Amino acid sequence: MRLIDYANPTRFLGLTATVLPWLAVVTALTFAVGLYLVVFVAPADYQQGETVKIMYIHVPFAWLSMFCYVTMAGSAFGTLVWRHPLADVSAKCAAPIGAAFTFLALATGSLWGKPMWGTWWVWDARLTSVLVLFIMYLGLIALQETIEDPARAAKASAILTLVGVVNIPIIKFSVDWWNTLHQPSSVFRMGGSTIAASMLVPLLIMATAFTLLFLVLHLMAMRNEILRRRIRAMRMIEAAGAE
Amino acid sequence: MFGTHAGFILAAYGIAILVVVVLFVWIVVDGRSQRRQLAELEARGVRRRSAATSEGDRA
Amino acid sequence: MSALSALFVREMKLATRVGGGALMGALFFLIVVTVVPFGVGPDLNLLARIGPAILWIGALLATLLSLDRLFQADRDDGGLDLVLMGEAPLELVVLIKCLAHWTATGLPLVIASPMLAVFMNMEPVAIGATTLTLLVGTPALTFVGAIGAALTVSLRRGGLLLAILVLPLTVPVMIFGVSAATAAVQEPVPFATPFSILAALGLFSMVLGPIAGAAALRHAGD
Repeated sequence: MRLIDYANPTRFLGLTATVLPWLAVVTALTFAVGLYLVVFVAPADYQQGETVKIMYIHVPFAWLSMFCYVTMAGSAFGTLVWRHPLADVSAKCAAPIGAAFTFLALATGSLWGKPMWGTWWVWDARLTSVLVLFIMYLGLIALQETIEDPARAAKASAILTLVGVVNIPIIKFSVDWWNTLHQPSSVFRMGGSTIAASMLVPLLIMATAFTLLFLVLHLMAMRNEILRRRIRAMRMIEAAGAE
Repeated sequence: MFGTHAGFILAAYGIAILVVVVLFVWIVVDGRSQRRQLAELEARGVRRRSAATSEGDRA
Repeated sequence: MSALSALFVREMKLATRVGGGALMGALFFLIVVTVVPFGVGPDLNLLARIGPAILWIGALLATLLSLDRLFQADRDDGGLDLVLMGEAPLELVVLIKCLAHWTATGLPLVIASPMLAVFMNMEPVAIGATTLTLLVGTPALTFVGAIGAALTVSLRRGGLLLAILVLPLTVPVMIFGVSAATAAVQEPVPFATPFSILAALGLFSMVLGPIAGAAALRHAGD
């Protein structure tokens, strides 16, 4: 049992050691192309002027805030169903990165909203749902940090993650309902489906770049976490041997 | 070059870069410290259970 | 079946005897509602408008505060291990414990709410609507909160963490509870629409809460 547990993380460490440098180079190149297009090529929006440049980072952050949660949900499933030790590690490491990206989605949205809506924050349905998502990330991190035993913490946070998966659509729906009830419909709504190709291409490249960045950070954090668990196990063996 | 709202655009990109860099540095520093601790333990001759051959299985 | 009814009777006895703290939640509810006018001022029109929301927030906080002992007392005295090893399905045990907990701490909140609504200068229709929504909505809060209680059962100071984990999940119940209560007195939306969704949320959490709570309890014992 124990031998199998450790075999896969070791293989994972070897694999990521060869893949990570390449992935980092690809990420940097994608960012270089994307940022070049955003700064020098992408046109200003006829309504929003140059502030539309915030969209090229805001939308990828919003996308990643959900992508991270989906990653965590998949890992949570892996933890509970297959009890795979790498799944624990993946879920635990995705949470702080997801929280950071969700925070950035909120912060860039706020910086975009101030010149466009004239206010830093509106209780718009989308913003409110993302805020609730951010709080859920923080709750998951708090749960992981509070339970000392890593295996038990992983299972508890896996259950909470899956409960969140079931609840997020309900929260989204109820916040939409709440918003239409309270909000006068004068609030500016974002572009919709009609987005020009000259904006779409840079946006997609930036979204790809940020997704790659997430992968790089996630893999690096997972390597750290595997080492941390090894150190923990070795310390325990050492302590048991010293008695 | 960013028009009248240059401050907001630069602030958005600034905070994005700041948070991503902090995250990256934190992960790198954390990785260094884990590797150092692992090296220390290995130098002291501590072995993991899977590396040890004769140790009995403990649950 | 008799094991489960015996469990219900036991939970009720424990909650209502000295030191059970069943009425503590209702007392806390009273204090929260009393404190609000000190914060927002004694404007009766304003209080009447935000009354349903205040009652709902008070009920939410009172429910959350009482939840951290839901499984912890059983874990401390070893009763939880017996339940885990027993023949009764753990999901049903969690369900019964939630129902007993709601009867002991949630129901007093519902009964107290019409009296507190008078302090908020609410109209009779609004009082009735708010009480009805609390009657349907507070069980949902208990069931969702049971998930948090089960997750934090092994932690010594899980109370605050429990609130942090559970509050985002109670957002839908809160939204539709307050919406239904205000819809009864304000025009655009009929009362039945948000109220039926609130009832649906209650039934849904009645399924989700015991299943997730039981899963969390099983893993907490590992």
